[in-house]
Amino acid sequence: MTPASGPILSDTAAALCMLFIFLVPLAGAGIALINTGLGRARSAAHQMMSSLCAVSIAALVYFVFGFSWQGFPGGPEHVVNVGGKGWSWIAAQPLFLRHVALNGSPASLVALLGMVSVGLAALIPLGSGADRWRLSATCLSTVLLAGVTYPIFAHWVWGGGWLAQLGENYGLGRGFVDAGGSSTIQAVGGLTALSVAWILGPRRGKYTTEGMPTAIPGHNSTFVVLGCMLAMAGWWGLNSAGAVLFTGAGPGDAALVAINTTLCAAASALMAAMITGVRFGKPDLSLTANGWIGGLAASSAACIFVRPPEAAAIGMVAGTLVTFSVEWFELRMSVDDPGGAISAHAMGGLWGVLAVGVIARVPPVGGNGAGENSGQWLAQLVGLATLIGFVLPLTYGLNWVLNRIHPQRVGPEGERQGMDLHELGAGAYPEFMTHGDDFSER
Amino acid sequence: MKFLGFLLLLAGWGLVLAAIMMLAGSAPRAAFVFSGIGVEILGLALVIRAHRAPKGEHE
Repeated sequence: MTPASGPILSDTAAALCMLFIFLVPLAGAGIALINTGLGRARSAAHQMMSSLCAVSIAALVYFVFGFSWQGFPGGPEHVVNVGGKGWSWIAAQPLFLRHVALNGSPASLVALLGMVSVGLAALIPLGSGADRWRLSATCLSTVLLAGVTYPIFAHWVWGGGWLAQLGENYGLGRGFVDAGGSSTIQAVGGLTALSVAWILGPRRGKYTTEGMPTAIPGHNSTFVVLGCMLAMAGWWGLNSAGAVLFTGAGPGDAALVAINTTLCAAASALMAAMITGVRFGKPDLSLTANGWIGGLAASSAACIFVRPPEAAAIGMVAGTLVTFSVEWFELRMSVDDPGGAISAHAMGGLWGVLAVGVIARVPPVGGNGAGENSGQWLAQLVGLATLIGFVLPLTYGLNWVLNRIHPQRVGPEGERQGMDLHELGAGAYPEFMTHGDDFSER
Repeated sequence: MKFLGFLLLLAGWGLVLAAIMMLAGSAPRAAFVFSGIGVEILGLALVIRAHRAPKGEHE
């Protein structure tokens, strides 16, 4: 069998695309630092250990069978005929990346991007499950995300699946488009974070008996800001690589993509700082950081289809949305999300998907950018409905079953003692005196 | 209530898929897609309600 390679890329484009993908792990490092910084000091080592394990497991599972279910445009796939139209619902690649030309071919670049992206998606739920999610359960949940939820949805969007075919089959613009992963990575990871937070329940002491939330501030704001900066570099690579591989953009378009990504994150973070400054009297660092990440998450889908002012507008909406969403989840929904992962990634990602339909001008395939946008908003809306109506029940169901077999939440003693000592036997800061409040019963 | 909520989420998605497959005009399609999303929002509201611990159950 001839190794599959997918659409054609020039050698230069392939080399640059590979360099873009090499930047993506920086986004993972950023998310891991943010999750750790926004959690408690007594769970810092556990959070970092969980991050490393999640990225490792995600890469291995994706290699074994994740990519075979995701596939790439033009690759082998399972198609169901509905009303005379072919609906590609899952790829049919061989396991273990067999029959993929691992020589810089587009298929190999899609596989490499998928391998690092799925790790990024797996880090997102760690933010909402911080301080109470057992390491073994984290690993098993990552298997489900990297092996089932992510590849199925990524095939529909990036592998030439039915969402991508909505334009060809039903005349809905260019079909569902997402250049850098607002849906496939951010929303999928964010909705999994919501499922995990629901299944685990809030941390002990987070809510009073009257149901009012109490503040459990993050322990290291320096980590959080460093994480934000690292994440930006990773996002440049992620959005640029996605734009080249999935929208047919040239490597030179990476300048526009990086400018849009930066503006979106900057506008979102400033919006969050302003809103919190006006509402609380002083700007809030953790919410500003969440705004930054929310802006990055929202930037991905439309990064190649908008001009810089529009990217900034997308960011401003994202910053507003994320700031109010954090409060809404904590106060109204009683969801304890220490890292703000649900608001930043799920809400930011969902807004990014929608922004393609309402703000961006998506050219038809082979077009010059001046084409019609007819039906594009409906295709994006179908994608949004699929995330909420299919991905959320799927990821919740998988984690619910896992929780029945292998309880995901640590026991009360472990939570009181701290995840570091309870699960790892050592803390992240052995030379520092631990703050007395950390160990008090609330 | 939780089960019903997830059922409504899936039903809403089914409505969206049916609209795309069975309707031709953009207006009826859009109307049914919005209806599907409406059903999903209803399902989401039920799921959220089911996960909110009643007062007094918080530690």
